[in-house]
Amino acid sequence: MIRGRVWKFGDNISTDHIAPGRYFHLRNNLEELAKHVLEDAMEDFAKKVQKGDIIVAGKNFGLGSSREHAARIIKIAGVSCIVAKSFARIFYRNAINVGLPVIELKEVDEINQGDELEIDLENGVLKNLTTGKEYRFTPIPKFLLEILKEDGIVNYLKKHGSFPKV
Amino acid sequence: MGKTLAEKIFSEHVGRDVKAGEIVLARVDIAMAQDGTGPLMINEFRELGFKEVKVPKAFLFIDHASPSPRKELSNSQKMMREFGKEMGVKVFDAGDGISHQILAEKYVKPGDLVAGADSHTCTAGGLGAFGTGMGSTDVAIIFGLGQNWFKVPETIKVVVNGKLQDGVYAKDIILEIARILGSDGATYKALEFHGSCIENMNVEDRLTISNMAVEVGAKAGLMPSDEKTREFLKKMGREEDFRELKADPDAVYETEIEIDATTLEPLVSLPHYVDNVRKVSEVEKEKIKIDQVFIGTCTNGRLQDLEIALKILEKHGKHPDVRLIVGPASRKVYMDALEKGIIKKFVELGAAVIPPGCGPCVGIHMGVLGDGERVLSTQNRNFKGRMGNPNAEIYLASPATAAATAVTGYITDPRRFI
Repeated sequence: MIRGRVWKFGDNISTDHIAPGRYFHLRNNLEELAKHVLEDAMEDFAKKVQKGDIIVAGKNFGLGSSREHAARIIKIAGVSCIVAKSFARIFYRNAINVGLPVIELKEVDEINQGDELEIDLENGVLKNLTTGKEYRFTPIPKFLLEILKEDGIVNYLKKHGSFPKV
Repeated sequence: MGKTLAEKIFSEHVGRDVKAGEIVLARVDIAMAQDGTGPLMINEFRELGFKEVKVPKAFLFIDHASPSPRKELSNSQKMMREFGKEMGVKVFDAGDGISHQILAEKYVKPGDLVAGADSHTCTAGGLGAFGTGMGSTDVAIIFGLGQNWFKVPETIKVVVNGKLQDGVYAKDIILEIARILGSDGATYKALEFHGSCIENMNVEDRLTISNMAVEVGAKAGLMPSDEKTREFLKKMGREEDFRELKADPDAVYETEIEIDATTLEPLVSLPHYVDNVRKVSEVEKEKIKIDQVFIGTCTNGRLQDLEIALKILEKHGKHPDVRLIVGPASRKVYMDALEKGIIKKFVELGAAVIPPGCGPCVGIHMGVLGDGERVLSTQNRNFKGRMGNPNAEIYLASPATAAATAVTGYITDPRRFI
């Protein structure tokens, strides 16, 4: 079960918002790069975000480049889950690969900055503890959930020696 | 039931007939990473305990920050060269050019499955190959295992019929597609191109369109492999790599969109999203002043792009207030442009010609913008901060529109300069 406080973002948050190109030289130093996470969408986000917090965003989160660093530094910053209307394809897969849960929920507009959420990944249930509303989302496919359970594809492959069964 | 190009290519790489929607384990023909994604790829390759590279063709490209503008990047690049030596992986280095262009010139064959740690790997679709961008870890797995899991995508059929008018180019077609589909209109799906305009188009133009498939969220942008493909491969000295490859006539598509090329106008994408597309003829009225024009990149840095731009600039001259940057996409493009006298003419016109590579498109060097400045570029992406400064504006258009804009100093319809 995931529980955390909401940071609200809009539609089309790009990988340039998340990991700006001007910090290209920090890509081999993810702890430093994480100090600039989402800087171009919310300037002081990296300073304010706390361990376990949840990002809630609009459609097409993570569009743009293939830089896996984007998903990694969101995780390093302490974010426990991203809830969005939809995700860009490469970002979605990168997030699963690095063990960062990502869920698609239509009703994100009903969730506000600072709300407290509780998310049950396996059963596809999201509770807004602040408003008392409960939502159902399509659970993450089992294949991907297996990867998440091992905290990412690298750990999964090291432990199991092959990909999860389809 | 017939197959789409995506279904055909995946079936060949899985070893049985597969259909859209299936999750499959597929072997990969070509895998690569660049200097933005390569170091992380190498770390994960080692973390996974791989001892050798098992993908048939593996490459590393130092094209993003190239030649290196600072020591942190120089150290990452050093690590890539060392990995290349140790594993027998060819490293393309400073001056060689952009990964996608080099792959198209030298390696990609119709029907290949190409996985790259760079979102514009979909450029390979211009040759009828399934090219797709992935993260560093996924590419590390492919380097080590020669395969990875994929979801066979649904396909959107894009039919482009008719002949483009003078001054309108392939870039305008893909901007029109972005306008229609939006930046997430093809998420998780493949685009497949059809129609008389596509059939009559050379591979250089097809690469421009496929390159930007990811800008509508697509996993790949697939062109047919036909006589135009053979012509291109022959020109690259590898006609033997040709084979015809087309979708079956009874293939099943998720949706279909149609574009009439004959009525298409020059288009421009306004900040800060690629799908924010308008007609240049309308935008021109607003006299939007442009400080910098960049002609180059994996989208439009090929010889014909430079030729189109030069023709306009030679005739009308460059506006004194516009900084003009020209970046050939590869060493071959650079050499061809040198031989034809194109580079000399650009230099005489007042352009800064930069070495082959990604140049200012990635926001680290060779043309970072000042606060409040505007650039019109032939590249593929205009996200806030993309070119190194979130307080600058990026406009995207064809090489002809870029050249016309460099003539007047504001966003200009190229048709009256042709």
